[in-house]
Amino acid sequence: MTTLNDFRPGATLRVVKVHGEGALRRRIMDFGITKGVTLYIRKMAPLGDPMEILVRGYELSLRREDGKMIEVERINTKPI
Amino acid sequence: MEIRIGLAGNPNCGKTTFFNILTGSNQYVGNWPGVTVEKKEGKVKGRDNVTVTDLPGIYSLSPYTPEEIVARNYLVGERPNVILNIVDGTNIERNLYLTLQLIETGIPVVMAINMMDVVRKNGDKINIDLLSKRLGVKIIEVSALKNEGVEETVDLAVKTATSDNVHLPIHRFSGPVEHTLAHIEEAVVHEIPEEQQRYLAVKIFENDKEVLKTLGVESDVLNHIKKDIKLCETELDDDAESIIISERYDYITKIVKECCKKVNVTTTTSYKLDKILTGKFTGLPIFALIMFGVYYVSVTLIGTSVTDWVNDVLFGEWICGGVSAFLTNIGCAEWLISMICDGILGGVGSVIGFAPQMAILFFFLSFLEDCGYMTRIAFVMDRLFRKFGLSGKSFIPLLIGSGCGVPGIMASKTIESDSDRRMTIITTTFIPCGAKLPIISLIGGAILGGKWWVAPSMYLIGVIAVLVSALMLKKTKPFKAEENPFVMELPSYHMPVMSGVFRHVWERVRGFIIKAGTVLVVACAVMWCLSNFGVTSEGFVYLGGENSDSSFISYIGSAIAFIFSPLGFGNWKCVAATLSGFFAKENIVATIGVLLSKGETVNTLLTTAVAGFSFLVFNLLNSPCIAAISAMAKEMNSKKWFFFALLYQNVFAYLVCLMIYQIGGLFSGTVSFNFFTPVAFMVLLLFVYQIVKKDRNKIQ
Repeated sequence: MTTLNDFRPGATLRVVKVHGEGALRRRIMDFGITKGVTLYIRKMAPLGDPMEILVRGYELSLRREDGKMIEVERINTKPI
Repeated sequence: MEIRIGLAGNPNCGKTTFFNILTGSNQYVGNWPGVTVEKKEGKVKGRDNVTVTDLPGIYSLSPYTPEEIVARNYLVGERPNVILNIVDGTNIERNLYLTLQLIETGIPVVMAINMMDVVRKNGDKINIDLLSKRLGVKIIEVSALKNEGVEETVDLAVKTATSDNVHLPIHRFSGPVEHTLAHIEEAVVHEIPEEQQRYLAVKIFENDKEVLKTLGVESDVLNHIKKDIKLCETELDDDAESIIISERYDYITKIVKECCKKVNVTTTTSYKLDKILTGKFTGLPIFALIMFGVYYVSVTLIGTSVTDWVNDVLFGEWICGGVSAFLTNIGCAEWLISMICDGILGGVGSVIGFAPQMAILFFFLSFLEDCGYMTRIAFVMDRLFRKFGLSGKSFIPLLIGSGCGVPGIMASKTIESDSDRRMTIITTTFIPCGAKLPIISLIGGAILGGKWWVAPSMYLIGVIAVLVSALMLKKTKPFKAEENPFVMELPSYHMPVMSGVFRHVWERVRGFIIKAGTVLVVACAVMWCLSNFGVTSEGFVYLGGENSDSSFISYIGSAIAFIFSPLGFGNWKCVAATLSGFFAKENIVATIGVLLSKGETVNTLLTTAVAGFSFLVFNLLNSPCIAAISAMAKEMNSKKWFFFALLYQNVFAYLVCLMIYQIGGLFSGTVSFNFFTPVAFMVLLLFVYQIVKKDRNKIQ
């Protein structure tokens, strides 16, 4: 299983499943990270964490630790 | 007819600007019952029968954050006549997620797509008619920033609120979900009005604890429903909550594809700007530069000169001079003149003197907040702060706290994690606020020889105190962090609405001035009386600035001075000054000034540099002024935590100063070995132990 945490900036990914439970997962999903959606890792913060991703046309900041909950697969499209 | 509008929308959608235009100065700010979420209400300008309630900015109607619960309870419990949903047109996909949930409540919804000017500028297109048809709500295009379409929106909202149509949501979930929902509606909510059923059914499907609790569903009915839900979960191979969220977003993706054309986000100005502002190499230097600029301008460049002018000229010469001449003319008693001029006006004046400095500081902070940079600060600083058990969001309260602790503590609201938020509230006032500057300059100048490093080192000590406290506290049981994701929207940069920024500054400064006019007047008068009246061999007398050793304050100070002897300032004058800091930290300097007898200087009170340093640090770290303490009480919203915070701040300050004076004094040769020397070393060891020991809270 590959998670969001395994990828570097520039990767375009598709969400396979959001793991975890309760408030934590609900929060991530409420922000639009749901099965099938396309994510683009835009950059890491200057200190290496958190990361900034582009999802549903807006920018979201996410800790790499929390990124471990998001199972993804790489897709071969050009960056958004 | 009275019409109530509930204003709802995501954070950063321009809702506040819209609310301000709608109501003008016609608004009252309070709190939602039971929580520390701000509640704003107001009458629409020119329409006395229309009330707008500004709901907190939320992303969803989930039961997990206080803001969301407050919004839900208002919508479902008080059922406004219409929901006015402000939607950020540049970020329509995620914004519609809330819209779908709002529509589900069965309350008529009018959707105002905001920031249309930016949408057009970016070259995006939204087919309003089609979108309106797909969602089943009336839609209007507005730009709150340019005040376009606001009147029309109110007209539309009023029209929708007064029409007799029943508003049933038209969005449908997938077959298995709808099937289960029908079961739930039949079993539990069929007696509730039709338009409210769907919201409740969906919430029950999601196993929403809050809704289940309010409805009080019987256990056998509940078990029956749970079986249905389980079946549906098995069929769709996911849990109920995820099914609902995913299907909502799937539906939105479908409509957005149909109705909107969005150009590539990477071509927008905001996107390009962000490349530099939070870039790998440029992010930190720019952040440092912006912070330096803000402080240089507000404190050094403008602050000091304006503050001096207010203190010396406005209050010193004009107001005090005038009042004193007037009172002398009407034959007022000498002690009363002194109390009014030296005690009250002098004290209040020295506080008001900070108002211009605060106004400038808040102008910048509010600007940074509104333009979208504040969240980037949290983004840039998160990693560093997490090492100490705080989050990047804690940086914002600390930053604002360097202006004034009150809004700093209030800014902790945005931190979702309870333990992070409590920790931030406890530690925010360790950062020297504007009111602590005079004491830094007094002690720094008189005792530490006016060295340039004194002021910066006080900020450094403040930051270290925050980080050390966080490190020590997070390893204790009560601060065991619950799982909380650091998910944060990074809104597009945009030019703030200046009237909004100025309104914000005015609210803060007004609060500050009101405090000066009420609490401080009383505090100054009390302080003045305590230090100018006393008991001597002649009985109760007015001392008139002479012989302050017989004043009441000296008795109070002397009684507890022994506590502070191990810290190097066990004399009653220093203790009295510290006590006066409880009312306002800037009082400390004034009190010392009042209490010094002829021929005495600060150096006679604090004879060594170490003693002076200890006195200074104690007054920076101990519990803040009464205004900040009341902000702490409000934000903690728990007596237990509030008293813990007060206790911690004072004990921490005491122990730190014990170490400074005893250990520092021992090494500099000004304090000889005594009973407290080993105590201080033990405290040091305990601190180090607590900092380096393993974090048991982390081991699962």
